[in-house]
Amino acid sequence: MLKLEPRPQASRFWSYSSPLLALAVTVIIGVILFAALGKDPVKGLQVFFWEPIKSPYALGELMVKATPLLIIALGLAVCFRSNVWNIGAEGQFVIGAVVAGGVALLAGKETGRWIVAAIILAGVAGGMAWAAITALLRDRFNANEILVSLMLVYVADLVLSFLVYGPWKDPAGYNFPQTKTFEAITQIPRLMQGSRVSIGLLIALLGVGALWIFLFRTRAGFAQQVGGLAPAAARYAGFSSRKALWVALLTSGGAAGLAGALEVAGPIGQLTPYVPAGYGFAAIIVAFVGRLHPVGMVFSAILMSMFYIGGELAQSRLGLPKSLTGVFQGLLLFTLLACDTLIAYRIKFKLPSSGNRPRPRGPALATAVQEGGK
Amino acid sequence: MESYALLLAATLNAGTVLAIAALGLLINEKSGIVNLGAEGMMLCAAIAGFATVVHTGNDWLGFAAGMGAGALLAAIFGVLVIWLNTNQYATGLALSLFGAGFSAFAGIQYVREKLPERPQFSIPVLGDIPLVGPALFRQHPMVYLAIALVFGLIWFLYRSRAGLVLRSVGESPESAHALGYPVRRIRLLAVVVGGALCGLAGAYIAVIYTPLWVEGMVAGKGWIALALTTFATWRPARVLLGAYLFGGVTMLQFHLQGVGVEVPSQFLSMLPYVATIVVLALISRNPAWIRINMPASLGKPFYPGS
Repeated sequence: MLKLEPRPQASRFWSYSSPLLALAVTVIIGVILFAALGKDPVKGLQVFFWEPIKSPYALGELMVKATPLLIIALGLAVCFRSNVWNIGAEGQFVIGAVVAGGVALLAGKETGRWIVAAIILAGVAGGMAWAAITALLRDRFNANEILVSLMLVYVADLVLSFLVYGPWKDPAGYNFPQTKTFEAITQIPRLMQGSRVSIGLLIALLGVGALWIFLFRTRAGFAQQVGGLAPAAARYAGFSSRKALWVALLTSGGAAGLAGALEVAGPIGQLTPYVPAGYGFAAIIVAFVGRLHPVGMVFSAILMSMFYIGGELAQSRLGLPKSLTGVFQGLLLFTLLACDTLIAYRIKFKLPSSGNRPRPRGPALATAVQEGGK
Repeated sequence: MESYALLLAATLNAGTVLAIAALGLLINEKSGIVNLGAEGMMLCAAIAGFATVVHTGNDWLGFAAGMGAGALLAAIFGVLVIWLNTNQYATGLALSLFGAGFSAFAGIQYVREKLPERPQFSIPVLGDIPLVGPALFRQHPMVYLAIALVFGLIWFLYRSRAGLVLRSVGESPESAHALGYPVRRIRLLAVVVGGALCGLAGAYIAVIYTPLWVEGMVAGKGWIALALTTFATWRPARVLLGAYLFGGVTMLQFHLQGVGVEVPSQFLSMLPYVATIVVLALISRNPAWIRINMPASLGKPFYPGS
């Protein structure tokens, strides 16, 4: 029989290897899935892991999708490290995109380049404001942040839908639910000709550095994380859990809103009902697979971006539904969580022993229930 | 008057979905485990149930398939959380994300399928009473089953020995373990039963309530069901009341649109989600109130001997 034995110390080896093992298991399941669907598994692996990196253009597209994932995940890492479960980054992304889009719509023919800065700031503010609702309800009313932040995703999608079907609909758009295309001046500057990679990538990488310094080199970053690891110790040290809550939610909301602004004024160029692409949810997986570490998340964001591109290619080349992306993303998080067990536990083979469990006794049970309820 | 009778009928129908799922999650949480994967389980169960009905034409086989799908996913979640000690929130989230992806993937060929017209159920005599009949006595049997489930669950939790054991596992797994109860197996059983009921609710949505398959069609009902267990402070009867209340809020939007209220439809569609947030905030306002009613070990891992 298999038995888990706690390790005296968390295994460093497995904390690095478990994401790789999880990826390997996911790939194996993927190969089985391709075979079961009657598709060539080699071709399947190719569209997911080779096509996205085989040419400079493909690499550029890989970065275009990795950028929002990384930016959102950086913010979420602050949340998850401080044990604040913001799972509504998707909603914060959408509201960031909506507010940024609103600013972009104001731009006219003679607007200056400053509008880009205004768009980005508007996105950050929008995302922060949306996350602040969750923070306020958690702080003032003790409402569960998981459920509140998630409910707000549905509300955010409906706000976007209202705007593009209603007041912001392009009058010259043949009644399609979309705003007019933003003026060219609002386009987030691109890094080079012939690729859609924008300065968003630089902002993301700056974010990696900033998060690293905040988490590992500042007192504020330390205080933020103690609350997540050991709430009692944080209270004893006088670190405010309320402050940690607000910092976590505003940071992640701002990051998600920033990603929304960069998307809507970058690759998309207008507001449509298709702005929500699930980046906010995928970024949760990016954050966990990247070990909530700034550098780790760079790799996991690229990996998750490969899943997105692979899914699109699987649709066009192999005739498989695009939703394959979601299957693999979910599987990866599942296998990662299972593999992470190896960090804290060793697997032992042991013969089942019998008779070491005391027999249930009736009356004592009711006492146990009562005591537990106190 | 006629339209109010229909609104009441629709409310009971919508509430039934939430009630079945939330009662399942209640059993789940009474054992001390939170499963945030409800939405994912319901989505997978919805497509499993829908596909089964498309191929067999039998609704009850569809419900069984949904329950099976929910139970299977819950079992995977349970093994990870209970035996491998993974984080309950993260694992549940993984289940929701996986379920959303997998159901979309598996359901792609069923998007244009339609189910044949079903004869309307009606309780003899009672169903023919004017107004009250259509409102209360012409519902799908599942509506009455959900009510029966509440009474069954009240009896089970507070009157039966097995229910006492389940609650003891949720309140104090250490004590239950010391008394010799197989805590982890009991928890797994509770998680699987919870998953099966979520699955039943998911299948009901796709087979009876909507009846068609669209990607993401559960539309947050799994999350609302999770919130319902908190609103109800983990009491079965209050779960049912809360479910009808939310069913009513969901249906109100269609009613208001029908009456011709001049509000954009998107704001009416927001109602269930906004109501969830508001009620959650109101109920949670007093932390002591939640603490008294919540199973004491909810969300905390238990690993015997560690």
